[in-house]
Amino acid sequence: MHRFVLAAKQAAASLGYRGPGDGGKSMLLRYAGSLAAGWPSRGPRLPRPAREWSVRWSTAAKASVVKISEKASREKILTLESMNPLVKALEYAVRGPIVLKAGEIEKELRKGIKKPFTEVIKANIGDAHAMGQRPITFLRQVVALCTYPNLLDSPNFPEDAKKRARRILQGCGGNSLGSYTASPGINCIREDVASYIERRDGGVPADPDNIYLTTGASDGITTILKILVSGGGKSRTGVMIPIPQYPLYSAAISDLDAIQVNYYLDEENCWALDVNELRRSLKEAKAYCNPKVLCIINPGNPTGQVQSRKCTEDVIHFAWEEKLFLLADEVYQDNVYSEGRQFHSFKKILYEMGPEYYNNVELASFHSTSKGYMGECGYRGGYMEVLNLHPEIKGQLVKLLSVRLCPPVSGQAAMDVVVNPPIPGEESYSQFIKEKESVLNNLAKKAKLTEDMFNKIPGMHCSPLQGAMYAFPRIFIPSKAIEEAKVHKMAPDMFYCMKLLEEIGICVVPGSGFGQKEGSYHFRMTILPPTEKLKVLLEKMKDFHIKFLEKYA
Amino acid sequence: MNAAIRRVQYAVRGPIVTRALELEQELRQGVPKPFKEVIKANIGDAHAMGQKPITFLRQVSALCLFPPLLSDPSFPEDAKARARRLLAACAGQSVGSYSASPGLDVVRADVAQFLQRRDGIPADPNHIFLSSGASEAIVTMLKLLVWGSGRSRTGVLVPLPQYPLYSAALAELEAERLSYSLAEDRAWALDLPELRRALKEGRGHCCPRVLCVINPGNPTGQVQSRECIEEVIKFAYEERLFLMADEVYQDNIYGEGCEFHAFRKVLAQMGPPYSDTVELASFHSLSKGFMGECGFRGGFMEVRNLHPEVLQELSKLVSVRLCPPVPGQILMGALLNPPEPGEPSHQQYQEEKAAVLRALAERARLTEQLLNKIPGIRCNPVQGAMYAFPSIQLPPRACAAAQAAGQPPDLFFCLRLLEGTGICLVPGSGFGQREGTFHFRMTILPPTEKLQLLLEKLGNFYTNFVKEYS
Repeated sequence: MHRFVLAAKQAAASLGYRGPGDGGKSMLLRYAGSLAAGWPSRGPRLPRPAREWSVRWSTAAKASVVKISEKASREKILTLESMNPLVKALEYAVRGPIVLKAGEIEKELRKGIKKPFTEVIKANIGDAHAMGQRPITFLRQVVALCTYPNLLDSPNFPEDAKKRARRILQGCGGNSLGSYTASPGINCIREDVASYIERRDGGVPADPDNIYLTTGASDGITTILKILVSGGGKSRTGVMIPIPQYPLYSAAISDLDAIQVNYYLDEENCWALDVNELRRSLKEAKAYCNPKVLCIINPGNPTGQVQSRKCTEDVIHFAWEEKLFLLADEVYQDNVYSEGRQFHSFKKILYEMGPEYYNNVELASFHSTSKGYMGECGYRGGYMEVLNLHPEIKGQLVKLLSVRLCPPVSGQAAMDVVVNPPIPGEESYSQFIKEKESVLNNLAKKAKLTEDMFNKIPGMHCSPLQGAMYAFPRIFIPSKAIEEAKVHKMAPDMFYCMKLLEEIGICVVPGSGFGQKEGSYHFRMTILPPTEKLKVLLEKMKDFHIKFLEKYA
Repeated sequence: MNAAIRRVQYAVRGPIVTRALELEQELRQGVPKPFKEVIKANIGDAHAMGQKPITFLRQVSALCLFPPLLSDPSFPEDAKARARRLLAACAGQSVGSYSASPGLDVVRADVAQFLQRRDGIPADPNHIFLSSGASEAIVTMLKLLVWGSGRSRTGVLVPLPQYPLYSAALAELEAERLSYSLAEDRAWALDLPELRRALKEGRGHCCPRVLCVINPGNPTGQVQSRECIEEVIKFAYEERLFLMADEVYQDNIYGEGCEFHAFRKVLAQMGPPYSDTVELASFHSLSKGFMGECGFRGGFMEVRNLHPEVLQELSKLVSVRLCPPVPGQILMGALLNPPEPGEPSHQQYQEEKAAVLRALAERARLTEQLLNKIPGIRCNPVQGAMYAFPSIQLPPRACAAAQAAGQPPDLFFCLRLLEGTGICLVPGSGFGQREGTFHFRMTILPPTEKLQLLLEKLGNFYTNFVKEYS
């Protein structure tokens, strides 16, 4: 038995562990599974490991342990041992160790330390404005008018923007963006979201009462998961997530002490979702948990695949058959680039499949202001639409949302503009369309550029970038490099990415942060840097990769 | 579903507010009622009650949100200077970019400077975390602190009455809530013997690790004396408790002789061993004070004496939610860099701020005064914060009727009050109170005339209610 697994078992037997009543077995399996998936090892999720557990999970931690015992002062109340173990186990690769390293290098650059590059390109996070994309003028006008209503008298703002601002302000207590709103969000905005969904889905009805505004999509996703996770031991809720996945899901599952159930996307087939793989995953999971939730990311992150209509139908049928709660993360719905690929919302397909499905399948769909053509990440705007929720569950959802009072109101306003943009005939329409199309065309070009370039590099293979904002190429890492990575106690692709960062100054996220089939390695890079910069970067990456292969041949 | 969630309650937006919204809907539909409007005196939302935002803060925000305004001559130079500085700190010079997870560096530095100016005690920007309102930071800290099982499960000492965010968070995290009662007969004072009692009792069934203090208090409004704070700190030191100081009402001080003393200041001034040992997290927010910017969800916490590894874990935890809303961070940046004497916006800023605080102080006095005129209602001095939390006598027959309806008696009263007058308050049972006592929390935020009217109606209704059930 692998020594980590054995030690985890020993630690699981230690006192004081509160968790699934199976003595930690499910956690053990999860941990072993995560090792198999090639995730960086950080030790099992356990409080107060048994004294026999001698392997500390990081050299830094080891050093500080020595420091603590040397210090004369008394032990702190809050330490790595005496803290919530679920938090300790948490990982979020997109802002993880490689990003910390990038930050350090940036500090060094600022101090004037010489590097082979003059700036660090943060191609780790899907933040378009940070990479120079401009905000949509109309959206900023409306929010500025809401923020400082004196501007409603300014001749420099168009009437259509003022109209929307007035409507939003009327929905605010005291006509101020500074008031708390109702916990599900401002009513007229929820109505606008419903109208948008209906228009988008070709007339499929949407009820504002099923719409909740959220603090980014992340807030909605974690809230729904929170409500759904229950049970203990073998009946602990299992949450099915794609591998590779956006690591919010694994982090939320870890945080909630739920069971992560992996289903693998098919890299040979443009990262398609295969229902047979869903079936396999579900069947296996039933042995150690109660799989209740199925998460889909469409368009995919990090993989960028856009699901076909048929695939979505198959997934819905599967969820109906197996009584799974469907979470449809659709934040990239505006980012579709491939010819012949189209976004079909889960809600629309569900409706079109007829009443047996439409009235029964429980579905939560998510959208956000952070992606698309808007890129308004900092506003933390988003919404979710829920369908067929048990009224009691809905009540609990509303209650849970009320504790955090309300989503940021400027984000609600931004979301309103997204779902209620200028229409033909309105003053701002032509500029709006121009800006929107410019952003989306640019993204599509960069997607193609990146895919093509990566596929020219020997030892790299990049699936078609059908949508979203990322390239997730597979990289061949020679065994010598894998050995050296082991010496540094890093996953091989983390090792690769660290070297890439140090030599070229580009920060990308290793595939191990998203999950991948054992023995395969990837990294996720955004396609957001400006085109000229991107071209230069891709050239440098090609040179780096070739040199890397030579060095570790 | 998650059983812990089922136990979560948040009375400030609970069943009474649901009913209030229904009534508003009915009024809109033209259904005749004994009142023309629902007065939402349940939630500490100043703008909703007509308080105006501070001009300067909104100007800086608008300039950041829509930078073309930087060439608009109607915006003052000092606002523009602050906007340029904040924008320069945003990636791509856009508030639409994610910020670093603990918040924009420049604003964290501003918070550190603010704390130093306020307390004369320096702060390290690396120990400052911006958050989505203070609520988010409070829940984040609690999350870190709750662990163990059975008798080693974390116990958290919270005041009774308390702001129900604490009870909700503890229910969700499945921590043990340990209540220490504030002394109603002594203006809601915090008593050490009572703290000791609560701790001792808690040790019988769990592992008390955290002590939460709300100063100024919510719903009770008491402003702690410096001596009291020192005693609490000593207690936390002796009993090895992590201190959480919720100080969001620090600008709302009305009582004669009352003064706000930050826990961090007193801690530092007490010197070693306290100052370098007691683990402390202090919280502030944009939602209260004179700003009232609830909807922007801006706030911060400062942590002191945290283990460096725990600080790392905290940074990791906040990274999953990416970053606090940037418009809220911008507003915080503007608040912490107000116009200086000599700058164009200085006078107006000071006037607006003073006017808001003056109005709040007046209403605090008025509310206390008028409530105490009503026989059967007794209101402690409203020393600070934004609420009155009077005790009310309820006749035994009313209590029986409440029981028959399956409601706590003060909820029963508040619901009847709502139906009869349109006034929405929160029953004391939502905050916790000594067994056999009843209270309600009302805000002091409605404009003065409306407040007077409200108190008159309330008085009449209460008197009739008591008659009805005598």
